[in-house]
Amino acid sequence: MSQVTMPNREDTAAPRPAFDAERAARDFPILAEALPSGKRLVYLDNAATTQKPTAVLEASDAYYRHANANVHRAIHTLSQRATAQYEGARDKLAAFLNAGSRDEIVFTRGTTDGINLVAQCYARPRLAEGDEILVTELEHHSNIVPWQMIAETTGAKIVVVPLGDDGSVSLDDFKAKLSDRTKIAAFAHISNSLGTVLPIADMIAAAHQAGAVTLIDGAQAVAHARVDVQALDADFYVMSSHKLFGPTGFGALYGKRALLEAMPPYQGGGDMIERVSFSGTTYNEIPYKFEAGTPNIAGAAALGAAVDYVEQFDMAEVFAYEHALLARATEAMEAIDGLRIIGTAPGKAGIISFVMDGVHAHDIGTLLDESGIAIRTGHHCAMPVMERFEVPATARVSFALYNTQADVDALIDGLGSIQRIFG
Amino acid sequence: MDQNIDKLKTTFELLPDWEERYRYIIDLGRKLEPLDDAERNEATLVRGCMSQVWLVADDEDADNKLHFRGDSDAHIVRGLIGVLLMIYSDKTPRQIADTDIQQVFADLNLEQHITMNRRNGLYSMVETIQRHAAARLNASS
Repeated sequence: MSQVTMPNREDTAAPRPAFDAERAARDFPILAEALPSGKRLVYLDNAATTQKPTAVLEASDAYYRHANANVHRAIHTLSQRATAQYEGARDKLAAFLNAGSRDEIVFTRGTTDGINLVAQCYARPRLAEGDEILVTELEHHSNIVPWQMIAETTGAKIVVVPLGDDGSVSLDDFKAKLSDRTKIAAFAHISNSLGTVLPIADMIAAAHQAGAVTLIDGAQAVAHARVDVQALDADFYVMSSHKLFGPTGFGALYGKRALLEAMPPYQGGGDMIERVSFSGTTYNEIPYKFEAGTPNIAGAAALGAAVDYVEQFDMAEVFAYEHALLARATEAMEAIDGLRIIGTAPGKAGIISFVMDGVHAHDIGTLLDESGIAIRTGHHCAMPVMERFEVPATARVSFALYNTQADVDALIDGLGSIQRIFG
Repeated sequence: MDQNIDKLKTTFELLPDWEERYRYIIDLGRKLEPLDDAERNEATLVRGCMSQVWLVADDEDADNKLHFRGDSDAHIVRGLIGVLLMIYSDKTPRQIADTDIQQVFADLNLEQHITMNRRNGLYSMVETIQRHAAARLNASS
């Protein structure tokens, strides 16, 4: 082309190719690793943790090779690089979640840490006897136990929104449990054990009407649904890096500025202070007052790379792909004699919890592993859900953007071999 | 070498593939001596995350041999308990203490069930059996 024209904005952006899961799978080196049995790894335990693309692995490696220094402390070149990567990740995550400001993103060790921070720093000083903390029956233990600890020390009461038979949470049931005593409503965006997507925008609005503050457990959502904390009007939203193709032991808490500013610090230590003397200490501003000690800088750098990785795709297309894969897997599994899917809420995300007649979930997991298929078996840290559906445990298949029809076919074959063995 | 262990090894060598191996293990589980409902209690429960395992030690033997019975709600674990009991049950405390269970499981190609995945309760069961044997050895020494 010899002709030069002034491009408009649309022209400058490289055209985005249609999402191709097989191509995406090649970005994840572990998926190409042969198992001891020589079989291909079929990784279907993404609700537990996702695999990491090369870009994330390289970001972590590059941080230690070229930037390793402490953040916010020194003026030398390496410290500037480290700070730029750490704070750069905050900017990326703020944009990813559409936070109003980068200061509203507090780095944590993950979702559990974020919930505990809010429980200890927001709830504990404010709650008293007679107050209520509202959760749903499908919560992960991480969104139950920290509130039980607060209830124990403050005298507040835990109120539980029951589940429908399909594993759904209805807005009406949620509203029925709200009262002027509800101080906090804490619930999942997507259920880790059932895949149910909760009507969180409406739940948040209803909670606000009742005067309650909301915390959303976004662990299962960040890689599988669009999250816009401002549009949702969420007060707190917590996530884990490792479920978004980033490193383990890292994550973030989004909190509205006014709430975070009014909260006391979580832990004491370096970097969270403005001035220390033995007559008294003044704390740093948000988010730093919640980030005591040398943080997981490599984790932040790698999470930043993970956000870049997913943002190269049209995420709406990725979610549509995951839903199509879920629909095909569900149809094939429903055709298997004696197999029952637990959790069939309309519009659910890519998680299939199931049981098989006469076969324990542990047997299913063991036998699928022989075929190179990784799934989760057990109570999924959601014992109340198991109790609700009167099963001791389930087997759980969960998808991510790199799963393909070949993975679904392998799963169906594997389930067939279980039927043969027990037949 | 113990006769039962030899028998197990020979049988496993004859099984053509993993599906047959598991079918055999599941069958072993079906042949376990049953536990009474009352024997499935907190005291006999061996901690495991994914499946439940119970172990009953019947100590009242005449010839200084320990007798064990066990059960699980998962079929493969129940079968592996069958394997364990073939190795351990009706043995003297000395025989139990001298058995290299890791090696036996490795020879049977079942090592992943006893070394890496301790959460299925099987490893805790081994420890419990070994503790029983050690207590007997200490009492008699």
